[in-house]
Amino acid sequence: MSAPTSTPPAGGRDAVAEGAASPRLVPMRAAVRALLRKELGLELRAPQAVPAMALFSVTTLVVFHFALQRGEVAGDLGAGVLWVTLLFAAMLGISRLFVADHEEGGLDGFLLAPTDRTAMLVAKALALFAFLAVVEVVAVPAFALLLLGPAPDAGAYAQLAALLALADAGIALVGTLVGAMAVQTRARDLLVPLMALPLLIPVVIGAAKGSTPLLSDAGARAVEVRWLLVLGLYDLVFGLLAYALFDYLIED
Amino acid sequence: MLYGTRLRALSIATFVTLTGGLALAFFYAPMDADQGFMQKIFYVHVPMAIVALCGFVFGGVMAIQHLRTRDSRYDLRSYVAIHLSLILGAGVLLTGAIWAKASWGHWWVWDEPTLVSFLIVFLLYATYQPMRFSIEDREKQARYASVFAITAGAFVPLNFLAVRLAQAYTHPRVFATTDGGLPARMQLPFYLCLAGMALLYVTLWRYEMTSKHTSAQLRALRRKLAGDDAVAPAGRTAAPSLPTT
Repeated sequence: MSAPTSTPPAGGRDAVAEGAASPRLVPMRAAVRALLRKELGLELRAPQAVPAMALFSVTTLVVFHFALQRGEVAGDLGAGVLWVTLLFAAMLGISRLFVADHEEGGLDGFLLAPTDRTAMLVAKALALFAFLAVVEVVAVPAFALLLLGPAPDAGAYAQLAALLALADAGIALVGTLVGAMAVQTRARDLLVPLMALPLLIPVVIGAAKGSTPLLSDAGARAVEVRWLLVLGLYDLVFGLLAYALFDYLIED
Repeated sequence: MLYGTRLRALSIATFVTLTGGLALAFFYAPMDADQGFMQKIFYVHVPMAIVALCGFVFGGVMAIQHLRTRDSRYDLRSYVAIHLSLILGAGVLLTGAIWAKASWGHWWVWDEPTLVSFLIVFLLYATYQPMRFSIEDREKQARYASVFAITAGAFVPLNFLAVRLAQAYTHPRVFATTDGGLPARMQLPFYLCLAGMALLYVTLWRYEMTSKHTSAQLRALRRKLAGDDAVAPAGRTAAPSLPTT
């Protein structure tokens, strides 16, 4: 069942949504699976967002090398370079997230289907999360190879992976919300970074502070638990917000 | 609801409270031992910041009401609240910068968490109007603006928490967080200034609501008198439109 519905109780939409027992309603899990398969299939057959994001992140690392005028970074500077790169690459993915659906009528098709609209939120957020994870599989080794001074051990990388997963969840949730909002506007590509970057500042704080000790020159130290908690709290709050508000973004 | 009623009384009350508060701040409140006269900006800066943040949250609450009821008057209330808070927010950043320059010697300091959080919130809300402007369909514009207002309203406390965690307390704070708080002779002027600033916000909000409602009524009457063709359509705007009844 979806978030607070506000249409008149007798409305057709509620009548459909309430009928969880109704045989015609596509169950949530099946709808999410179908939508996710569509997203990933689209990206596999005609790769667009992921290669662009990966290429962009490697290029940004090169830009950082020349802009900072140094061959090696570590500690807080290293964390900053890594997170700026990943965040800006994520902006590309967020602006593209709903474009195909909007232009080719995929949203209209989804609205006609007898299913809960939250399925779209879950599928899009999972797809964006998967894209970000694939991009990071390219971008983090590239960062370690090109710019990172110290060589963290496997344990440090495992902790970095945990930070990345929590941060990606936040980016995916906010990105789905912002992407759905921006796709309906005329200034789509302009508005995505303007809205998403301030909203993601807490993620940057938690992720950068958290990964600084991992990239430290004097050998990797453990992540402070409170940064994981900040990221977790952020994911929780925006998860609930997205769940409550997403329905209103794909109404027509 | 008629927004024009008792506007004069409200304006007078605002003027008296704000002037009284500022007069007390200048002549009654003690001089700060460290910062001297410059500390008086505290009586403008802090109330303005509190009122602006409350205005943003109020805008979010009105946006929730708008999504629940689909009544475009709530959208207008939310729009006017956010728009006034943005104006106050610019004032907060300006007075904050002046205060920082006077007491710490720099126009901007990154280790004052409240000011930094305020800047982030201000930057986020600065996209509210461009976002509205770039959606042409009125109903959609109102709906999306409400979603934005609710998201941003919930973001405000989360952001303050994260920024505060990220920074060490290197500068003394005017509000002692552990003991005491404000000295008694500073309390009265401060709370009076806060009340005055809140009244100013309410007055300006009521004025703008009145103005928006009146022009909507005027358009409706013109259309009734001269026919639909005589009145030019509203054109593209970020402001919400009211049903002309």
